[in-house]
Amino acid sequence: MGEAAESAALYWRLVRAQIRAQWQYRASFVLQLFGAFALTFVDFLSVLVIFAHLPYLAGWSLGEVAFLYGTSYIAFQFADLTVGQLDGLGDKVQRGDFDLVLIRPRGTLLQLLASDIAMRRLGAMAQAGVVLGFAFSLVNVHWTLERVLLLLTMPITGFLVFAGVWVIGATTTFWTTRSMEVVNSVTYGGQFLTSYPMNVYGAWLRRIFIFAVPLAFVNYFPALYVLDKRDPLGMPGFVRFLAPAVAIVLLFVASRVWRFGVRHYRSTGS
Amino acid sequence: MAHFNRPPWRGVRGFGVPRDRALQAIGEIMTLYWQVALRGFRRYATYRAATFAGVFTNTVFGFLRAYVMIALYAGRGSIGGFDLRDTLTYTFVTQGMLMVVYIWNWWEIALTIRSGDIVSDFSRPLDYQLYWLAQDAGRATYHAIFRGIPPFLIGAAVFGVRLPAHPWTWLFFPLSIYLAVAVSFAFRFMLNLSAFWLFDYRGIGSIAAAVWTFLSGFAVPIALFPGTLQTVARALPFAAFVNTPVEIFLEKQQGWALLGALAFQAGWALALLAAGRLVLAAAERKVVVQGG
Repeated sequence: MGEAAESAALYWRLVRAQIRAQWQYRASFVLQLFGAFALTFVDFLSVLVIFAHLPYLAGWSLGEVAFLYGTSYIAFQFADLTVGQLDGLGDKVQRGDFDLVLIRPRGTLLQLLASDIAMRRLGAMAQAGVVLGFAFSLVNVHWTLERVLLLLTMPITGFLVFAGVWVIGATTTFWTTRSMEVVNSVTYGGQFLTSYPMNVYGAWLRRIFIFAVPLAFVNYFPALYVLDKRDPLGMPGFVRFLAPAVAIVLLFVASRVWRFGVRHYRSTGS
Repeated sequence: MAHFNRPPWRGVRGFGVPRDRALQAIGEIMTLYWQVALRGFRRYATYRAATFAGVFTNTVFGFLRAYVMIALYAGRGSIGGFDLRDTLTYTFVTQGMLMVVYIWNWWEIALTIRSGDIVSDFSRPLDYQLYWLAQDAGRATYHAIFRGIPPFLIGAAVFGVRLPAHPWTWLFFPLSIYLAVAVSFAFRFMLNLSAFWLFDYRGIGSIAAAVWTFLSGFAVPIALFPGTLQTVARALPFAAFVNTPVEIFLEKQQGWALLGALAFQAGWALALLAAGRLVLAAAERKVVVQGG
């Protein structure tokens, strides 16, 4: 068995242990699931309030925005579930707890990611699923094999883009310890950003989120193809299919950046 | 252990018989709570980097929300009595108020319940609720200056906002902000005390946060809510968290209506603080100190 397969098996074992642990407090678990469901559903209420006043927001109908919202939340919540615990990395670095991670004979990222998985985020994903169902009841998608395939890749590529951004952002805390809240503006902020069409934002913000922090590939470009929309931004047609490539490149960059960060980690020494 | 929750005048030296001594004692109490508030302010002042990072994130969110609002107003003059400039102002005032009214995730009291430290807090010669209210007022003042004003100024510079026309508004708006803090504190106080009974106070907390993120008008101005929903939202105490102060800033209420808005906040603050005292009394009966 290769190293990667062994890591995956270990990760899965640790995740299962956490699921079992959280399932011990059933009432509490159900309450947290429902809380996560409610808290994110409120964001969709805002979308509904906006559409109470107009039929199209920047050329997108309610069903189309609901599609963006649903795909954005599924990808983001999946990323939050698996890599969101990196938000606590700054504290670990400050307390010197990261040393513990370094002395164990397993990958650093694997240990951190498997250390705390909040299953309540499934509640938020369920909410996104409901909204996505609502979206499909409103929009008439002209289904083709290509569209179905692209739709199926969206949660995965979207997740990878968010996760890549999260890991790269978290790496900065090796130097600063306190920059995670700045990074939150592209993670949690990214969830808000991608739940509306890119063309509502100012040109400078759009450029950042297409070329620098490529969150536009989470759902905006693939959605143009799935929903058969003309791109108001006038980007070339092939960009709609670039999301998987962007996700893979970002993942590669993220793993490199992470290794660089770990190599340059200096313990507090206290 | 009900005696631990003394009224504020109890336990202060010199209070009671002679009149001039009584005045002196009231002065001492005021100084005491003033000092508590000052500590609340200073506690947060130590985290400079966190403040800077928070301002950055609040501002970015403000930008995103502002662009969505601009798209909403494309080709429309006014919605529910708000024009685009009103709504942009609303957006950046609320982004600034986020930490001031502390809508999400304030669990300081619940943590002391978990750790048991609450017993020593109960035994202080201070009124427990007023102690935390004073501390929260100090905290809110810090957050208003350092987390509230910067996102607003940046938003104003980039998108343009409407500043109050009447000088009086600069008096009523801060007053309304402090009332909003009192209402929000009263809620957070009760929510934290729920940790006496509930193992999972955070689950309840996130449901509560969902309710007041929306009904306070934080996510979208209440003025944009459709018909009945707007009527209901305006009557609920959550409106006093966010919507009322911002509408006062925007001078949507004048004269008696303005006083009515402030009275709405003050009324809910008093009612909810009183309810909090009942919950506190019930909690104190529950406390059992492990002698040790």
